[in-house]
Amino acid sequence: MNVEIISSAISNGLFLLLVAGIPAYAYLRKVKVYESFIEGAKEGFPILLKVIPHLIAMLVAIGMLRASGAFETLSKWLAPALSAIGMPAETLPLALVRPFSGSAANGVMAELITTHGGDAFISKVAATMMGSTETTFYVVAIYFGAVGIKRTRHAIPAGLVSDLVGVIAAVLVCRWVFL
Amino acid sequence: MLNAIWVGLIITAVIFGAINGRIPDVVAAVTDSAMFAFELALGLAGVMILWMGLMKIAEHAGLILALARSLKPLMRRLFPDVPVDHPAMGSMVMNMSANMFGLTNAATPLGLRAMADLEKLNPNPGTATNAMCTFLAINTSSIQLIPMTAIIYLAAAGSANPTSVITTSLIATIFSTTAALITVKALEKTRRFRLPATPTLPSQAPSDTPPPQAPTGEAAS
Repeated sequence: MNVEIISSAISNGLFLLLVAGIPAYAYLRKVKVYESFIEGAKEGFPILLKVIPHLIAMLVAIGMLRASGAFETLSKWLAPALSAIGMPAETLPLALVRPFSGSAANGVMAELITTHGGDAFISKVAATMMGSTETTFYVVAIYFGAVGIKRTRHAIPAGLVSDLVGVIAAVLVCRWVFL
Repeated sequence: MLNAIWVGLIITAVIFGAINGRIPDVVAAVTDSAMFAFELALGLAGVMILWMGLMKIAEHAGLILALARSLKPLMRRLFPDVPVDHPAMGSMVMNMSANMFGLTNAATPLGLRAMADLEKLNPNPGTATNAMCTFLAINTSSIQLIPMTAIIYLAAAGSANPTSVITTSLIATIFSTTAALITVKALEKTRRFRLPATPTLPSQAPSDTPPPQAPTGEAAS
C-alpha cells in the first residue's frame, strides 16, 4: 500500500528526528547529553506512580460501561436526532465511545471502515471524526491524576463540548466535501 | 465533577448491564480493565521515562526555550497566568507539537510533565488552575494535523483516495479546537467553575503586564 508506506515513512521520520536529532543537536551544543538524559528520565517515575491509580479507576469504570451495552442502547435512542444533521447512525457508537477510550474508538472505526469499504461515506465520516475528537476522560484522568488535582472545574465540560462540535463538524464537513 | 462522573459511569454500567442482560460481562470487565490499566501503565513507563530524558536534553540544549519563544505571542494569549519563561510554557509547546504530528507516545509523557510544571504555579493544590483547564481543553480537542491511523485503515480497505480525510479532519479539528477554547475561556469566570477567591490570585491582571506584587506561588519561579 503506497499511502501506508508514505505515511509511515513520514511518522517514522518525525519520530527519529526527535529521538536522534535532539541528542545530536545538544551534543554539538556541548551539552552533557547522557547525564541530562538520566536526570530527566529519573523524573518520570514519580509522575508515573501517581498516574497508575487514576488510570485503573477510570479504565475500570469505562470498561464496565462498554461491557454493559450502554453505548448500543444509547445509539438506538439517539437515532432520530441524527437524521437532523445527516449523521449516519452507524457512526454514533464511535462518537459515544470516543471520549472514553481511544483504543475502543479505534476498534469501532476499523470495524466501520472494513465493513463499509474505504470509499464509503460512513468510512470517511468515521475517519474524520477520529481526527477531530479526543479521548477526553482518559486525558483528564491521567493529566490531572499526575498532579493530584481533585477539583477539575470546567475542563471536562469544555472537552465534551469540543468532542460534540468535532463530531458535528466531521459530519457536516464530510457532507460538504464528499456528497 | 470527577467524583460524580466516576460514580455515574459505574452506576450506568450496572443499570444497562442489568437491562441488557450483560451483568456477567460487566463483572468480567471489572478485573479485566484493572489488569489492562496496569499493563497500559507499565507499557507507558518505558516510553515515558525515555521522553522525559530526551526532554531534559532538549531543555539543556536550549531547544525548548527557543520553541517556546517562537510561539510566545500565541502562548501568552492562551495562558496569561503562566510567565513566558516558565518551564511550563516549554513543556506545553512540546506536548502540542507532538500532538500535532500525531506522536501520541511522545505527547502523553510531555503533557504529564507540563502538568507537573503547571502545578508549581498552582496556589490551590488539588484545584485545577485556569492554565491547566485551557491546556487540557486543547489536549482533549485533538490538534492532530494528519490522522495517520485513519488513513492507514482507509488505504487498507481499498480507498481510492485515503488522504482525502486529511482536509476534512483538519477543518473539523479547527472547529473543535476553537469550540474548546471558547468554552474553556467562557466557563472559567462563571460562578459554577471560577476559582475560589484567594487574595493572592491576580485573576484580573492583564496578560502582558505582571501584577505589581507578584503572588506567592509565582514569585518563586
